[in-house]
Amino acid sequence: MNFLMQILSYPFAQRAIIVGVLLSVSAALLGVNLVLKRFSMLGDGLSHVSFGAAAVGLACGIAPLQFSIPIVIIAAFLLLRLKQNSKINGDAATAIVSSSALAIGIIVASLTTGMNTDISNYMFGSILALGKTEVVIATISGVIIIVVYTAFYQKIFSCTFDEDFAAVTGVNVKLYNSITAILTAVTVVIGMRIMGALLISSIITFPALSSMRICKHYKCTVIAAAIISVISFLLGILVSFAFDIPTGAAVVVINLVAFLILSLIGRVKQI
Amino acid sequence: MNIIEVSNLSAFYESRQVFKNLDFVVKEGDYLCIIGENGSGKTTLMKILLGLGIKHTGTIKLTGFTKREIGWLPQKTQHQKDFPASVKEVVMSGFDGPGFFGFKYSRHQKDLAKKNMKLLDIEGIAEKSFSELSGGQQQKVLLCRALCAAKKVLLLDEAVTGLDDTSSDELYSLIKKLNNQGLAIVMITHDTKRALADAKHILSLSENAHFYGKVTDFNMQSKGGVE
Repeated sequence: MNFLMQILSYPFAQRAIIVGVLLSVSAALLGVNLVLKRFSMLGDGLSHVSFGAAAVGLACGIAPLQFSIPIVIIAAFLLLRLKQNSKINGDAATAIVSSSALAIGIIVASLTTGMNTDISNYMFGSILALGKTEVVIATISGVIIIVVYTAFYQKIFSCTFDEDFAAVTGVNVKLYNSITAILTAVTVVIGMRIMGALLISSIITFPALSSMRICKHYKCTVIAAAIISVISFLLGILVSFAFDIPTGAAVVVINLVAFLILSLIGRVKQI
Repeated sequence: MNIIEVSNLSAFYESRQVFKNLDFVVKEGDYLCIIGENGSGKTTLMKILLGLGIKHTGTIKLTGFTKREIGWLPQKTQHQKDFPASVKEVVMSGFDGPGFFGFKYSRHQKDLAKKNMKLLDIEGIAEKSFSELSGGQQQKVLLCRALCAAKKVLLLDEAVTGLDDTSSDELYSLIKKLNNQGLAIVMITHDTKRALADAKHILSLSENAHFYGKVTDFNMQSKGGVE
């Protein structure tokens, strides 16, 4: 208990917890849709783009966050579009875009600032790096995601389950896909600060996959994913303080443990 | 009364002409079967009726309902196999969802869904997982979803493909039952024999000349023709 109070007394830890919880919920909600629409790798691709953009931003002396967000949003649109009318297969395109962006980022960084702590923080994440801006952006985007999701819950379900049918009943499918792209982009950029570019995609896919082990209803899947995501994040941050390991990595490992336990429960329930 | 009037319709897919100069009507309570070889444009025609962005010329007139009030049973898509959704959730998605912050469906919609589920005899599996059902039951659920959207007409695209005989018979008799209750049916099918048994009108798409008319006339024509 003392340990907990001690953690909570640090302002940077408070910021990390606020941003992390909002991020976990957003990532989980978006993740359910991305996983079900077979866009799981979108988060991964975008995180590399985000890293590349942040490196360029740092080199040019532009605030990396403000520079990354619009670029990653554009990348999200491009990747989703490729998936729709593609001569190049969607996940091949994602692989190309993500490694190219990462490569550009590394080159720019090594030519200018060098591979310093800043760059390493973008790669592997650091809760110390969170400033007020991140808290503000994470809060705004987190609130928007939760509001949009609850307000248009039925339409989002319909779009995810069967896009063409949804379009026929009058749902503006393009609008929802665009909203998903923008929100995923913002979540990835903010998440990169805590989780790191290399690890952020896991908090998008893991909670959705974990909750799908035990849930057979959509509503249950969405709610369980959000809960699993938040609990994994909080446990992850505790573990990272207790053993002095990077937060991002700790959160991912806790998510992995949750996934394994829930898979086991899912198996047992089936028998 | 004609509820759908199609005249001089030509369709294009990636600048290739799929079919041309198509004329037909669907009357209130009609049962129209659309047959034709693969690639003759059956699904394309259906997508035009539904307004799913296919290039076309000619006119389509709907009377008494809008595009959004067509009940549609699409050809089965792949990604639904592991989708976590209950039967009820799938059925309810047939309704044009509630508007902004309209979190819940209206009482009227809930009652209608219940009635439709009872009609198709899937009431008992309402809370079951859609992806764990058999193919036949999944089609019944999707038919029920279409029914929730349908005001006057159901469009069915290869509804029984991949089903065993018992399930297809059941689905056909359900469709017949819905038709008897006054709902117009427009069905794409490969199964010509079955199509001729239940349908009132036939639309046969082919590159050279389309046939549209009564089933009896179609029988006469094919007997007197090449066959």
